[in-house]
Amino acid sequence: MIVGADVASVLLGGVAAGMVLFIVSVGLSITMGLMGFVNLAHGGFAMLGGYAIVYAMKVWGLGFVPALVFGFVVTAAGSAVLERLLYARLYKAAELDQVLFTIGLVFIMIAAVTLWFGPENQPVALPAMLQGQIDLGITRYRTYSVVLIAIGIVIVAGLWLGFERTRMGAQIRAAVDNRRMAESLGINIDRLFTATFAFGSGMAALGGGLGAEFLGLDPQYALKYLVYFLIVVAVGGLGRVTGVFYAALLIGVLDFVLKKYLPQGGALFIYALTILVLLWRPQGLFGARA
Amino acid sequence: MIKRIAAVLAALALTAAGAEAQEVKVGVNLPYTGIGAEFAQLVDRGMELYLKLNPDKVRPYKITLIKRDVKDPGGANAKIVVQELLTQDNVDVLAGWIYSPNAIASAPIVTAGKKLAVIMNAGTAHITTLSPYYVRTSFSMWHAGYALGEAAAKLMHAKTAVVGYTDFPPGKDSLAAFKRAFESHGGKVVDEIPMGSAGAVPDFTPFFQRAKDKKPDVFFVFVPAGDHAAAVVKTYAALGMREAGIRLIGPGDITQDTKLQAMGAAAVGLVTMHHYHADLENAENKRFVEAWKKEYGAATTPDFMAVGGYDGMAAIVHVVQTLKGKVDADKALEALKGWKFNSPRGPIMIDPVTRDIVMNEYLSEAVMKDGRVFQKVIGRIDAVKDACKEQKIGPCAPK
Repeated sequence: MIVGADVASVLLGGVAAGMVLFIVSVGLSITMGLMGFVNLAHGGFAMLGGYAIVYAMKVWGLGFVPALVFGFVVTAAGSAVLERLLYARLYKAAELDQVLFTIGLVFIMIAAVTLWFGPENQPVALPAMLQGQIDLGITRYRTYSVVLIAIGIVIVAGLWLGFERTRMGAQIRAAVDNRRMAESLGINIDRLFTATFAFGSGMAALGGGLGAEFLGLDPQYALKYLVYFLIVVAVGGLGRVTGVFYAALLIGVLDFVLKKYLPQGGALFIYALTILVLLWRPQGLFGARA
Repeated sequence: MIKRIAAVLAALALTAAGAEAQEVKVGVNLPYTGIGAEFAQLVDRGMELYLKLNPDKVRPYKITLIKRDVKDPGGANAKIVVQELLTQDNVDVLAGWIYSPNAIASAPIVTAGKKLAVIMNAGTAHITTLSPYYVRTSFSMWHAGYALGEAAAKLMHAKTAVVGYTDFPPGKDSLAAFKRAFESHGGKVVDEIPMGSAGAVPDFTPFFQRAKDKKPDVFFVFVPAGDHAAAVVKTYAALGMREAGIRLIGPGDITQDTKLQAMGAAAVGLVTMHHYHADLENAENKRFVEAWKKEYGAATTPDFMAVGGYDGMAAIVHVVQTLKGKVDADKALEALKGWKFNSPRGPIMIDPVTRDIVMNEYLSEAVMKDGRVFQKVIGRIDAVKDACKEQKIGPCAPK
């Protein structure tokens, strides 16, 4: 039973961490897959969303769930404006230009947030019912991790249905696979992209707020977790919801297990693993063959 | 002709100004941006507050702070900044150093530059041996780590401990200090867990789960103050380690004043060893905290970093007065050796042998009082020296 409880707690911890990675990264995967746009500012949207959520809770006294909705909406709307004003000009630009532009945007976001909120970490006050421990029969574990896993499952199910079963999902999949063909079929790619971009940023915001309990929330958030988000996307493959989901879970659990049992290795394993995966399958574990 | 007269007049005006107020330039290196920005602000405010509260002690000299951003704990940027302060700004005194790797990397430049260098935070024990011009007004990791190892075994009657530490020089130092004291008083460290780097706050869950599995009496944690500490207390509470009978202890970094209230009830019961927290009850500290809140807002609080900056500036002002504004590094060192000061943390002295600080250590427990988390002093050790240099351990041994 000891072993069972041990395995359960490792799985729960790892899967919860993976869910956060998934929620933040899925938007990045879709925008990169759809437009081939290297959006390094994605972590910045997660951070801005997180701040919007914290602000709404602290200053307006909103509950956790309404604040999450608020963060999603505000970040999605804001990113749509940025997409139209700035991103759209660089769709045809070279990748290096896109990287420079988005990294510049990240620095502006970091500076702006530091100016308004200060450099320190913003604690997210979880509702009392999400704090503490829950008895799962096999083991007791922190309630919030369990809730997060449930939320992640709902989100991935919703996204999967949205992508596989709706007209817009079909349009996005078509555009990811073959943009020219999709355009010639009369799909309005510009509008599709604005909508997807906004949605992806909104998801990032949700991840920023939901994950703050584990990842914290400070101005450096935009950069310090970017590597993890990019790893998830690279391993999962571009533009694939399920691919990102499996990759996030794989990385979340592996990272957790390695940190717990071999803490001396630090973060090394996850980078080594990424290199091996990409050497073996450059398109990602779950990506379509290029 | 007119030009020439103007030039002469200008030159005269300059000399007159020089005679009026001898200017001493202090080159400050702090991580003003990036993850250390809030620490930089605390040390910076501590320095500024001393100057603001003590204009009569500074007069007739003028102290100019030249502030430079070292960005990160990597060492490389700090080295460049210190070099520029010395060669381009021609500063008379160097000050700052939040992070140990930065102080370690800067040491050769400080030695070559032959200027007094006041360390206001960086706590790795052996740093002061790396350059003869380093003087430390903050602390060594061994001050709190060693004292707490002893207290855990003797006062808290702990038999086993797990140590979790952030994997960079002060973390390893803190581990070594605690382990040596704890084990020489009959305790046993059953596991040592490196928990990520200082550059980013990790998710502590896997590390803490590992510690929980070992079921120690105490879990000694060293992480850099700030966000790391807030995450530690949160994870400790969320994993139910308190209910499992494991007591979380550490240097005062885990109950940093600036983070303590946000931790709320989760912090209650934490036992720390440190040389300062804002709840210390002495007259000097009451004045200090009051002046701080008046200057920077009632919602702000000083902490041990702020005091490192405050006392460091007091040391610099002492040097400037003693040397009448002409700060020669070797004479400055002589002026500081054995210097005593009534600090908000209690009486302090610069050890004439090691140039490190000698001060009291306070064992405190976090309790709820009047709706806020209050650090109650439950024990005190007077005039603690850096045990690493005292016992000549490893890199602290004189070469």
